[in-house]
Amino acid sequence: MESWKENRIVFWVTALPGVFWLAVFFLIPLGLIWAMSFGEKTSILDVEITGTLANYVRAFEAVYLKIIWKSIWISALSCALCLAIAYPIAFGICFSPPNWRPLLLLLIILPFWINLLIRTYALIAVFRTRGTLNFFLEWLWNLAFMDKLIGPYQPLELLYNNGAVIVGMVYVFMPFMVLPLYATIERLDRSYLEASLDLGASQWTTFWKVTVPLTMPGIVSGIILVFIPMLGMFLVPDLLGGTNAIMIGNVITDQFKAANDWPFGAALSFLLMYVTFLALALRAFIGSRSRGRVGV
Amino acid sequence: MTYKPRFMTSRRSVLKGTGAAFIGLTFMPYKSMAEEEKKLNFYNWDTYIGETTLADFNSATGIEVKMDLYADNAELFAKLKEGNPGYDVIVPTNDYVERMIAAGMLEELDHSKIPNMANIADAFKDAAFDPGRKHSLPYMWGTLGHGYRKSKVENAGSWKASLEGEAHSGRIALLGDGESVIGIALKYLGHSFNSVDPAHMKAAEELLIAGKKHIKTFADDNGQDLLASGEVDLTMEWNGDIIQVMAEDEDLSYVVPAEGSLLWQDCVCIPKGAPHPQNAHAFLNYILDADAGAHIADTIQYATANAAAKAKMSEEYTGNPGIFPTDEVIAKCEPSLYSEEKTKLRSESWTRIQAA
Repeated sequence: MESWKENRIVFWVTALPGVFWLAVFFLIPLGLIWAMSFGEKTSILDVEITGTLANYVRAFEAVYLKIIWKSIWISALSCALCLAIAYPIAFGICFSPPNWRPLLLLLIILPFWINLLIRTYALIAVFRTRGTLNFFLEWLWNLAFMDKLIGPYQPLELLYNNGAVIVGMVYVFMPFMVLPLYATIERLDRSYLEASLDLGASQWTTFWKVTVPLTMPGIVSGIILVFIPMLGMFLVPDLLGGTNAIMIGNVITDQFKAANDWPFGAALSFLLMYVTFLALALRAFIGSRSRGRVGV
Repeated sequence: MTYKPRFMTSRRSVLKGTGAAFIGLTFMPYKSMAEEEKKLNFYNWDTYIGETTLADFNSATGIEVKMDLYADNAELFAKLKEGNPGYDVIVPTNDYVERMIAAGMLEELDHSKIPNMANIADAFKDAAFDPGRKHSLPYMWGTLGHGYRKSKVENAGSWKASLEGEAHSGRIALLGDGESVIGIALKYLGHSFNSVDPAHMKAAEELLIAGKKHIKTFADDNGQDLLASGEVDLTMEWNGDIIQVMAEDEDLSYVVPAEGSLLWQDCVCIPKGAPHPQNAHAFLNYILDADAGAHIADTIQYATANAAAKAKMSEEYTGNPGIFPTDEVIAKCEPSLYSEEKTKLRSESWTRIQAA
């Protein structure tokens, strides 16, 4: 690759659309929201940027910290489940016959073709008291003559609790985990695995000592791609959650809608941004460490 | 929401109605009509217009209506706050009409272009939130109440059934709109729906937190679906939503609890910066027509503020206490009043209730 300094015109011509896009659709709106987080509401419509820190101070009230903490553990748990399910899927796709792979990848991407809202409503139809899953379980129950032995089937309450929120999040974000894992596992040099097995390591040891460290960049990218949007999620807790399903994304939405307090909403959004930056720094740290250890 | 029509407006009566709309149009200066393209952008609630109203309006005037939908007033307000993205007619509820007038977001109406204003029922000809009806015209009105399954719930006549719901634990849904839910809790405790008294607010918050363990979910305007699908037996909902599902399930019913409730009024308004104000006036005039109004009321089963339209409706509609509550019930209900302080306090309280 030539240095950009030798061909400045080509560099700027090709870079311009990207720079323009970044500035107009990312930096400027983000800058406006950031400025607003230091503002005060002066009337129904107007916000004055006064440089106040009151919004951030308010964000550290116990009730918001409690909600942020809840968002973090729900997201972390969903993210871990996502990883645990996605890893074998990605592995399976990589080790399947090459002509199957495009089809299998397509199946992973397919849900993207349907709107998120509709997918979430579909989950409601599956999990509700008189939904598909309960009907299926009732059918099994009656098939096994349990209704004669124990009594009629009692439908499971699968919706409107934290479990439903976690299932919904895992379902929605699964492709974001599978794809980066697939990308790294595909590039994995299988001779390392063979060498490890030849030298007497068990499958278990090989997996933990060779495969996982080598695919760590994919794992970290997947976690970041999934965990951060999960933190800001509001649709899934809204539709599948019960009375205490509120996550920080819901509070932010509320500030921009019903409460009409954009400065406070902006401050809460930027708190999430700061968490994101922390996560990215962590990624850089882990990335450099795993490179050092395995020597790739 | 599927709905079974019980009465279809005949073709002729629609034509008769549109004749009235044409008379309205002739009052407009010819030039301004010629300048405006035949389009109208309508921002409305879901399932909140007659089945064929937009098509009928189009065949009467040649104006093509594009309708977008919103789920709550907050969404409407947020969308218009930073400038009108191109809507000509919107349908805010009374407290938001008040708020939008205060913020200078609504166009003043030219009453001379809306002769069908004569059809409006006397009680709605003027409004405290919009003196002289300068910015808004009444569309539909109604109450908040209990939608319930008759075979399962016997005590729906009091808010106690849903706010202190031991008897139906886990089978109850409340609205997802905190401002209304807290207002109802205040009503149940014997205070005003609009109270911002700290002691009253605190009592309402504690009541809701204590009752929360019996609530299945805070439904975002889909309580009627939860009720119809058997997910809950009792829900706090808007009357029209419940009446729509009652048409499909005999076991469902609606009641305004004895402690009183919220009385709301949705209005049609023209937001500032509307690209087609002439067409918007024509549309407002059209929906206030007797036949067009009757067709809308028949589809959506809310109480119309259009007296001429009501007169054309069947006894089944006008005599339905769920749609038109008795005067004693109305006397105990209150409208929601706009105040920035109230909005802020309720929003904070609602966050605490949900996090508890």
